Amino acid sequence: MDTLILSRIQFGANISFHILFPTITIALGWVLLFFKLRFNRTGEARWMDAYRFWVKVFALSFAMGVVSGITMSFQFGTNWPGFMEHVGNIAGPLLAYEILTAFFLEAAFLGIMLFGFSRVPGWLHTLATFLVAFGTTMSAFWILVLNSWMHTPAGFELRDGIAFATDWSAIIFNPSLPYRLSHTLISSGLTVAFLIAGLSALRWLWGDRSGEVRATLRFGAMLGALLIPAQIVVGDLHGLNTLEHQPAKVAAMEGNWETGGNVPLLLFAVPNEKTRSNDFEIGIPSGASVILKHKPEGVVPGLNDFVGENGEVLHPPVTPVFYAFRVMVGTGMAMLALSWLSLALMARRGQGTGSWAQTRRGVEGLPKLLLFAFVAMTFAGWIATLSGWYVTEIGRQPWLVTGVLTTEMAVADVPSGMVLSTLLVYLAVYGALTVAYIGVLTHLARKAAKGTLPPATPANPSPVAGSLHAAE
Amino acid sequence: MMTLFGDPAVWLPLTFAGLMGFSILVYVVLDGFDLGVGLLSPLATPEHRDRMIASIGPFWDANETWLVLAIGLLLVAFPQAHGMILSGLYLPVAIMLVGLILRGVAFEFRAKAPPGHKPAWDVAFFVGSLMTSLSQGFMLGMYITGLEWTLVAVIFSGLTAVFLTVGYSFIGATWLIYKTEGLLQLKSVEWARGGIWGLLGGVAAISIASPLASPRIFERWFDFPDSLFLAPLPLTFALIVGLVVLVLRRLPTGDDDFAILPFLATVILFTLAFAGLAYSFYPYVVPDRLTIYEAAAAPESLIIILVGAVIVIPVIIAYSTLAYTVFRGKATALSYD
Ligand code: HDD
Ligand code: HEM
Ligand code: HEM
Repeated sequence: MDTLILSRIQFGANISFHILFPTITIALGWVLLFFKLRFNRTGEARWMDAYRFWVKVFALSFAMGVVSGITMSFQFGTNWPGFMEHVGNIAGPLLAYEILTAFFLEAAFLGIMLFGFSRVPGWLHTLATFLVAFGTTMSAFWILVLNSWMHTPAGFELRDGIAFATDWSAIIFNPSLPYRLSHTLISSGLTVAFLIAGLSALRWLWGDRSGEVRATLRFGAMLGALLIPAQIVVGDLHGLNTLEHQPAKVAAMEGNWETGGNVPLLLFAVPNEKTRSNDFEIGIPSGASVILKHKPEGVVPGLNDFVGENGEVLHPPVTPVFYAFRVMVGTGMAMLALSWLSLALMARRGQGTGSWAQTRRGVEGLPKLLLFAFVAMTFAGWIATLSGWYVTEIGRQPWLVTGVLTTEMAVADVPSGMVLSTLLVYLAVYGALTVAYIGVLTHLARKAAKGTLPPATPANPSPVAGSLHAAE
Repeated sequence: MMTLFGDPAVWLPLTFAGLMGFSILVYVVLDGFDLGVGLLSPLATPEHRDRMIASIGPFWDANETWLVLAIGLLLVAFPQAHGMILSGLYLPVAIMLVGLILRGVAFEFRAKAPPGHKPAWDVAFFVGSLMTSLSQGFMLGMYITGLEWTLVAVIFSGLTAVFLTVGYSFIGATWLIYKTEGLLQLKSVEWARGGIWGLLGGVAAISIASPLASPRIFERWFDFPDSLFLAPLPLTFALIVGLVVLVLRRLPTGDDDFAILPFLATVILFTLAFAGLAYSFYPYVVPDRLTIYEAAAAPESLIIILVGAVIVIPVIIAYSTLAYTVFRGKATALSYD
């Protein structure tokens, strides 16, 4: 394999590993702030217990995000020197602002947030929690500005193939940013919602009946139910925006070869890039035309429009984009079904008289099967997020910056053997760390669940909280 | 506003080289002691190890961010040099990254994994710190010898790798003298007494080898009368080393006076050594190949970054100081409560 393809795989592997953790910390920071504020307001131990449990998950995820992020910042230089040479004048300031306004903020206040509880006044601890959450969101903002600019570049001029900034507000608020930013932030919220619901369901199944686990299971299900409709709407708008700016990507997502009207919405198909057609299709007639153009005879672009005069392919590889899109949307539909079903079941009236709020069944109303479903979906957010990014990023090929720079022009000329060997090391490390991460989350959940079971000392009303020490 | 200070094509690259140098120096000092603590960790008992790691727990993340800033500045201000340096150092960079990953996650995992796994994460913590320091030292050597993979360069870089590792252990030990008490403090003083000679040897080796490796550096340092102005640099260095050796003989004192002195003195030593290196290389960002003026990005973009940096860096320093103030004094067991 050549350096180009290996470098792409290496970059893809590194950033796929990286995004797993920021996508948790971005929303979890805000969720922790919410737990903290609930506790400040109600004084109920369950919110503090929830804070104490999830702040550990946050600390672990944050560390994973930081170390993998450091790898990212070296990747541009080691693998894609052409990137900075051609568009460094735009990418540079954006990355610099991310470091200056976000990384230092979150890193400096993280220490206070994690270990400062008994060292600083309560308000400062709450403020530190806020600043960390704010910092992670700022990180996401700046990096997504850059990424969106790579998809829909604006506000620059080319001189001798090098991009120079002409209008910073056009660069920052480039056409795809609003959609990408909101879709990604909501995806972070969904990832966290299902992570919280999943681990809480696991603890429930292990016999944990604490107020904390009831609160977090319900919280996760509700957050998921709230966000998923928004995500679907924003995703749809995002697709329309992409249709305008990167039609070839949408053609690959839809698996549509010929431009025309009445294009079906393919539920499943087997795209074949050799015959340039689908070997097998099941679809809803005119579905894609209706979604993208809001009428059955709406004309949807086809992949065959993106073939050069000498037959060179100018559209992205179809198969990965097509399937990744279906995985993302399928996961989204599963999230929709599970969260709303569980909400409906929890809202049913139970025995006894009294107002609905007093008699609704709550978490007790969830059948075991549904709890298993939550456990199975613990990491559903990761799956949807990764597949969404594969759609986006592979769908941009052969461009690195749409219309400005091809991926090929940016690659470093390091020997492919070197890229391959480092790639294998990274993959081994990432594989081991992902297993360790999931293992430790399970371990934390088991320990917390055990802490609430009978042999716990009755003198300590909240044994879960009592046992949570960082250095234990 | 751009021409206010003269030709922006001159002062902008210079300013950014200064900022980058500053971040590298801050990184080497701050993460230097974190890494040093990691390097010393296998020498301690499990209880002491917990305490040693607690002494850096609230800081290491922010400390490491200075590396991100330094690399970020190299990337954004001198894009061409960034590509040249990092693709030239592809392997050591990859080793350093794996080391940083291991070290960083081991912090969390050793505290949260099932107790039976803790020793394995302690090993990962040490190995990660070791890989990071060795590869950084190796990169320093390769940089000094001009990024050429010749046998001599590799041997020299192997030496700098060992010396930087000893240097980090030394600053780590001085940090522990400041942050710990009792038996652990006594041990740290012992570690520091040994480490100072390694540090001295390393600086001496680099000072002798760099002029030999590059005629240009030779000229810079031994060209009369310029060399007269440089004399205070090695002299101050020697003076401070002498002072540290003396202080280390007497520490720890009964009322713990002067416990922070070796650390502060070491910061000055690192700064002096760094200043010497910077003097050797100016105006090159890639030794003998690319000057900061040739490598700089477009002034329009640099200005945008500079405005942000001038506003934000003081704020960063302010809240970093806040964090160090909150966790000042002797390290205690870390807990989320
Ligand atoms: C929990 C995660 C999650 C869920 C449930 C969904 N998405 Fe998504 N999607 C993402 C997470 C995500 C993402 C990872 O965040 C992406 C990658 C880049 C981006 O902006 O968001 C993405 C990209 C992405 C794109 C590519 C845009 C482009 O770059 O050109 C489209 C068209 C959609 N999404 C549409 C949808 C639709 C119609 C969904 C309905 C169920 C949906 N997404 C659910
Ligand atoms: C975090 C979520 C992201 C994921 C999972 C992701 C995934 C990927 C994948 C799989 C590739 C390889 C595509 C291919 O070669 O076919 C890729 C390429 C790339 N992406 Fe992303 N990406 C993400 C975000 C970003 C961001 C935020 C940036 C920039 C700021 C970025 C910049 C790049 C670059 C420079 C390449 C390499 C060139 C290329 O192959 O096009 N990515 N990404
Ligand atoms: C090419 C792309 C990327 C680069 C170069 C990059 C770089 C980095 C670096 C260096 C860090 C460590 C910061 C520290 O020391 O505190 C980091 C952390 C982080 N990154 Fe990325 N990153 C990239 C993609 C992304 C994407 C796509 C997102 C989110 C949408 C993201 C969100 C974050 C967040 C929130 C953190 C904070 C640490 C954490 O929460 O784990 N990054 N990133």
